[in-house]
Amino acid sequence: MNPDSTNPDTTNPDTTNPGNTSPDSPKPDGQVTSDRTPESQAAGEGSTGAHMPPLERSVVGSVGVALIGAGLRSARPLQKLVLGGVGAGLTALAATGRNPLATALKIRQNAQGEVLVSDAVTVGKPAAELYARWRDLARLPDLMTHLQAVEVLDGRRSRWTVKAPAGTVSWEAELTADEPGQRLAWQSLPGAAVENHGEVLFRPAPGDRGTEVIVRLTYRPPAGTAGAVVARLAGEEPAQQLRDDLMRFKREQELGFAPTTQGQSSGRAATGGPA
Amino acid sequence: MKAIVWQGTNRVGVETVPDPTLLLPTDAIVRVTSTAICGSDLHLLDGVIPSMERGDILGHEFMGEVVEIGRDVKNLKVGDRVVVPFNIACGACDPCRRGLFSACDNSNPNHRMAEALYGGVSGGGLFGYSHMYGGYAGGQAQYVRVPFADVGPHRIESDLRDEQVLFLTDIFPTGYQAAEQCGIVPGRDVVAVFGAGPVGQFAARSAQLLGAAHVIVIDRVPERLAMAAAAGCQTINYEQDDVLVALREATGGRGPDHVIDAVGMEAHGHGPGALADTARQRLRLSFDRITALRWALLSCAKGGTVSLPGVYGGLIDKVPMGAAFAKGLTFRMGQTHTHRHVAPLLSRIEAGEIDPSFVITHRATLDEAPDLYRTFRDKHDGCVKVVLNPWG
Repeated sequence: MNPDSTNPDTTNPDTTNPGNTSPDSPKPDGQVTSDRTPESQAAGEGSTGAHMPPLERSVVGSVGVALIGAGLRSARPLQKLVLGGVGAGLTALAATGRNPLATALKIRQNAQGEVLVSDAVTVGKPAAELYARWRDLARLPDLMTHLQAVEVLDGRRSRWTVKAPAGTVSWEAELTADEPGQRLAWQSLPGAAVENHGEVLFRPAPGDRGTEVIVRLTYRPPAGTAGAVVARLAGEEPAQQLRDDLMRFKREQELGFAPTTQGQSSGRAATGGPA
Repeated sequence: MKAIVWQGTNRVGVETVPDPTLLLPTDAIVRVTSTAICGSDLHLLDGVIPSMERGDILGHEFMGEVVEIGRDVKNLKVGDRVVVPFNIACGACDPCRRGLFSACDNSNPNHRMAEALYGGVSGGGLFGYSHMYGGYAGGQAQYVRVPFADVGPHRIESDLRDEQVLFLTDIFPTGYQAAEQCGIVPGRDVVAVFGAGPVGQFAARSAQLLGAAHVIVIDRVPERLAMAAAAGCQTINYEQDDVLVALREATGGRGPDHVIDAVGMEAHGHGPGALADTARQRLRLSFDRITALRWALLSCAKGGTVSLPGVYGGLIDKVPMGAAFAKGLTFRMGQTHTHRHVAPLLSRIEAGEIDPSFVITHRATLDEAPDLYRTFRDKHDGCVKVVLNPWG
């Protein structure tokens, strides 16, 4: 394991992830960026660590202090120790402004608390065909199983509906770049339940290997860093979904179907095929 | 139908399970006429391979007759007699088009599991070999579902017996690829093979087919060594001799030009290194015991090749990399690209250059298989290779 990947204090920008940008490093071509606050730019924070936004810091800090207080008041020694210990830990986290769980899970964040996700796959098809499949936004839910629907509103705007733990979440987005055969970029419109922006790049692969498809997206997790950690642990986090989506895309394009073992025979009665 | 089912660590049993059905239009159903127990099934039995589930049907060496095909299958018809490579490949992705069938991008539905362990990529699927490799039901059964039926199965049209062609599904190509990737210079190179199990036997004979000047086989089981000696190989019993000294003496102090480690992760060996490996594996600090790999690196001649058909699973330490660097060794390794070896090796069998049935010591029914798993594991009763008749 690369020790740098778990160290938010690393002074080198993370060079292993081309989609990962720090405020001081040059952006890849056409990267859609969000506005950064002067405060965070002054701090010069990198994006490899998971930083808690100010609100989350104060909440965690308050809980920590309250737990220390409860521990001090407790009459039972074990309770005193556990409450005091957990409280001190949370307070320390708030003081440093870092979420070690998020860092350990390699959840990448920028200084605004937005989560950065990127991944790539090479597909043995020409860029124009792959772009066309992706540009047909209404059909994207076939590829991305967590998407419930994409409703095309006009040439640039669309409404996205995503399955969420409690029902569905929906927002409007607009295309900010549309370069046929090369690139699509989007940005959620103000008022979105999950603020997000991102891009898909289609780049010819060297040799006869087809096209490199690169997806970079940024979103603001509804419950802050902690929300991103919970989602990751529950397998519902975009970095994991993106990987699956890209492999599903590759298989649709290269095979026309997805391989499966669902319904095969086994010694498990419940999952066996027909008797 | 009857099938051999994994029931937990060191427990396999014969169970009645549902017959397989076509799940995709590119599938075929094969009625299994012969199947075998492979050395790598023992890794599953021992529980050292993660992601097995109770109820998984084992077996990846099998052949039989096509009894049903999906509507998109074009290269097979009902009634064809086929051997089926143990790895599952799509035939369409970049690795498949380059002949790297075991590295198929698309055939593993559980790619995420392997990606987490192996740096963001997964290998192709395997029959009967853990969910990390797709969780496909295996062929130690009366019937088996064969996905990508246009890509893997190879028709047998001559009247060769099952026992002469069955091993084209795994151990013959595995041994052959191990020898082929050494780049043997005919009439000049000396090849040492660690492990005289079935893959080691085929590696040794393949080295001979490819023109090795001399082949040396190292093991501790007398009947395995006798089988290698019968093919004209020099043998070393590492429990009686110091392997490194014996190999230096056999090669005029140079060491073998190429070394094949046909043992892999469950090497026995002796001495402090082997004890430490075993302790770490028991404590789950390591997947692999690497005595054979150490000997391979230490014995190989300058500029030689270390070829690894033996399976390694995880992280290893105490690897003599200094020796490998000092001698400028080349490493070649990986799961067999079975598909590309089947036709040329079948031609060699048809031409009478080799009869792979030499390796068989035991024949049994599915009902007897659980006992034979143990016999094979414990190397009792002269057991080198077990062939099963699912209908016996």
